[in-house]
Amino acid sequence: MDAPRLTVRQLGCERDHRMLFENLDFSARNGEIWQVTGANGAGKTTLLRILVGLHGFYQGRVEWSSPLPPSLLYLGHQPGVREELTARENLEYNRALSGQTGDPDAALAALDLYGFEDVPAGRLSAGQQRRIALARLWLDGKDVWILDEPFTAIDQQGVAALDQRLRQAAAQGVLVIYTSHHRVGDGVHRLHLGEDREVAP
Amino acid sequence: MWKTIKRWYHQLGSPRYFYRFCEAVLPWLVPVSLALLAVGLIWGLVYAPVERYQGDSYRIIYIHVPASSGALMGYIAMGVAGLVALVWRMKMAEVMLKALAPFGAALAAVSLLTGALWGKPTWGTYWQWDARMTSMLILLFLYLGIMALQNAIRDPRQAARAAALLAVVGVINVVIVKYSVEWLNTLHQGATLKVVGESSIDASMKWPLLISMAGLWLLYAANVLIRARTEVLSRERRSGWVRRLVRDEEA
Amino acid sequence: MSAPTLGAVWRASLRRELTLIWRSPADIVQPLFFFVVVVSLFPLALSPKPALLALVAPGAVWVAALLAVMLSLDGLFRRDQESGALDLLLTAPVVSVVPVAAKLLAHWLLTGLPLALIAPLLGYMLQLPVAVLDTLMVSVLLGTPTLTVVGAIGAALTVGLNRGGILLAVLVLPLYVPVLVFGAGVVRTALDGLPTGGLLAVLGAILALAVSLGPVAVALGLRISAGD
Repeated sequence: MDAPRLTVRQLGCERDHRMLFENLDFSARNGEIWQVTGANGAGKTTLLRILVGLHGFYQGRVEWSSPLPPSLLYLGHQPGVREELTARENLEYNRALSGQTGDPDAALAALDLYGFEDVPAGRLSAGQQRRIALARLWLDGKDVWILDEPFTAIDQQGVAALDQRLRQAAAQGVLVIYTSHHRVGDGVHRLHLGEDREVAP
Repeated sequence: MWKTIKRWYHQLGSPRYFYRFCEAVLPWLVPVSLALLAVGLIWGLVYAPVERYQGDSYRIIYIHVPASSGALMGYIAMGVAGLVALVWRMKMAEVMLKALAPFGAALAAVSLLTGALWGKPTWGTYWQWDARMTSMLILLFLYLGIMALQNAIRDPRQAARAAALLAVVGVINVVIVKYSVEWLNTLHQGATLKVVGESSIDASMKWPLLISMAGLWLLYAANVLIRARTEVLSRERRSGWVRRLVRDEEA
Repeated sequence: MSAPTLGAVWRASLRRELTLIWRSPADIVQPLFFFVVVVSLFPLALSPKPALLALVAPGAVWVAALLAVMLSLDGLFRRDQESGALDLLLTAPVVSVVPVAAKLLAHWLLTGLPLALIAPLLGYMLQLPVAVLDTLMVSVLLGTPTLTVVGAIGAALTVGLNRGGILLAVLVLPLYVPVLVFGAGVVRTALDGLPTGGLLAVLGAILALAVSLGPVAVALGLRISAGD
């Protein structure tokens, strides 16, 4: 077994003078899928933001075996899509910024946005805007995917497509960490915040 | 000697040690600073000789100069604390940033007030836009800005880091403002007090001034320690040593 | 795994930022409109007498331009923060200074630069002699990039806060003082017939300082506002 990609030791985070979570310990490897669950306000988003380096106030250690930024694909709570730009322009910018490769039109088509590439995102529905954001997962070049509520605001078809994509990516060696109630397959590692023990699959 | 300094630096960086430092130092710092301030002010306001051109009205410098220099030193200290907080993420630096602001702002206001009171008999008007008054006004705005920013951000650590960046930018600005406003014009007396070397102020006037200044700066330090101590207790409220402290107090 | 080149990110960012502003024409027109309106207030408030107006003109034009820039910066990062695009910028594998600097340049090109270009017209309306109008334009040209960068530091620290606009003004206006003093001052110096080279050099030096260190501070401010 190769060394873990991510090692988290005794991770704790405080907000508003109470501990969101503490003494979190887990190791994640490439090819694994991790589902983070917990009640609203339990700190799932904060945990992800700590892992990607957006939130800097925490106790404990977060160690990546190789530097994270070149490998990271982060999907935050908001879609990260600007309304004034077309679907393709949004995706092309994200691709350029992150250094990914791949065809934006093909990615958009995979998410049922064929024909909408030149429409300003502001004229698309919330679900379609979400899908523009998700289209980044259909580009290449990142092997750590950290996704905050990727399954929200998309329809059943979208959920199925995303589910399949995540499994495919993991099979190709991507480490996926996501928050959602939706469970991607049976081999998923679960991390529950609130009662902070990991439940092995 | 370096070892001692390093050890001192590491220890003061720890909130718990800092608290003990405050407990040890404050009981004598407060009375000493008040005493020095009292001595300096009484000497200057009552006993020092009358100035040749301005008569008795000049005596306000015994408050004005310590306040002005204190306000400036306080902001520079905030800039240094800000730099340390940004680069090394030191908790105590963040605490200092919050503790230094209020008294410094008050000193800036006092400086402006006493400057205006001095101005009336000297220039004939309460307010002039000369280099020093204008710079001090800008400094007051900078202080208020830092306090407003810290107030507006909920998370105390984020508030401190934001204030730290603003303080560092502000210190650079203070230097440039000084030159810009000096260029504009100046009515102020040229710098008559130098720390090292010849001063053009008479010895009998210099000493009460220096004593007042020492007293006020030490009082500022005491105020900072008091505020910092409270902030440390608040931030570390969940840690063992604070809990034990509270429990022992209640016992 | 894959990190883009700085040049590619710079070009993509500049293109994106220019496109974004261009597609919200209000963002370009409103500062200009504000500029003209505020300048017009001065003759109404003070006096329409030409001699007096000419004295006041350098300062009036400069204050109006300064306020126009400051107001235009208020929303600089807000839409990116609300849409989540800011988080993507901060987690990208490239130094955040690059896309941030592109954003600032795009903003100045479509806000500060137009202000500088119509400043001579407004100066003329305030009875400034034609001879000093080019100095007025150069001073605003040299000053507005500094105003943009310094104001952006304030915008970065206040993004996402309630009443961010007022707080931005409180933070930023004291930082604007040196640019204002020298900017308006160089025009007054030209009015008096004195040489302006030294003051223009000072404005240039402040500009160099702001442009070299400023974007770093802005990127750091964004990081702090995001929670780092």
